[in-house]
Amino acid sequence: GGRRARAAGGMVCYNFYVFNREGACLHYAEWERPKPVQDGAGTLEDDHKMMFGLTFSLKNFCTALDPTGSEKANLGAPIPIGTGCHFRSFKTNTYALNYLETPTGIKLILNTSKGTGSLQEAMWVIYRDIFCEFVVKNPLYTPGAPFESPQFTARLDQFVKSL
Amino acid sequence: GVMVDVTSLYVVNKSGGLIYHRDFGGGKRMDTNDALRVASIWHSLHAISVQLSPVPGCEGIELLEADTFDLHCFQAPTGTKFFALAPPGTPQMPQFLRTVYEIYADYALKNPFYEVEMPIRCQLFDDNLESARRRT
Repeated sequence: GGRRARAAGGMVCYNFYVFNREGACLHYAEWERPKPVQDGAGTLEDDHKMMFGLTFSLKNFCTALDPTGSEKANLGAPIPIGTGCHFRSFKTNTYALNYLETPTGIKLILNTSKGTGSLQEAMWVIYRDIFCEFVVKNPLYTPGAPFESPQFTARLDQFVKSL
Repeated sequence: GVMVDVTSLYVVNKSGGLIYHRDFGGGKRMDTNDALRVASIWHSLHAISVQLSPVPGCEGIELLEADTFDLHCFQAPTGTKFFALAPPGTPQMPQFLRTVYEIYADYALKNPFYEVEMPIRCQLFDDNLESARRRT
């Protein structure tokens, strides 16, 4: 029972985060989390802060290492929203983290099992066809605020099972 | 054979200190200070990826994919990390890092004058690394 996301192709979706540009977690969804948050960051709140911090730092790190960027590596320099070399994903031995940062600074993170192939297109679909469609376009939604939406959740669940 | 298309290589000790760095061209100019910071930052990000894992048994990032490069990382059982930057999709980088690990074992660890966790300054390490890169 419960809210599992086992796709027909065998990929497992573990959890999903949406952050705004300030680092506030707008939405968190969890399908499976075999390693409880108590064994990781401790609390869900700390987990969210750590996740934002990690992706923020990875973005800076990639921009500094970007071989096509400006001459000198510039670790720690502020990067305007929408610019810089983006990291897209990373793989560990146990999970893959898939990342998308939109031009407005909204960050989407989807943790999955290690599969083959890039999930960048899937991340854009989640942003454009699910987040924008069912959250942003909702006249009752305050941009940049946390949200819970049954339609968003239903569509997200349906989509991840199709991966 | 064809050369390994590695842009740069870093070796980091288990405390996060840089013990080896080499740029092979095609990447950003990286002076010693920059390389030290890159190594230290990577060490931290690697550890955080373990904390955030939704699945138990995570040992950290093995591959980071960015727009313009890939970063491959191999962590030895001792905690020493070997990571390299390469163009996106460069094949056989995990094998290359394992070869570097073997070269480290043979020409640094087995060198009686080498002190573990300290910067690697062994000519044989450099020479064998270059051979491995050139696949000679």
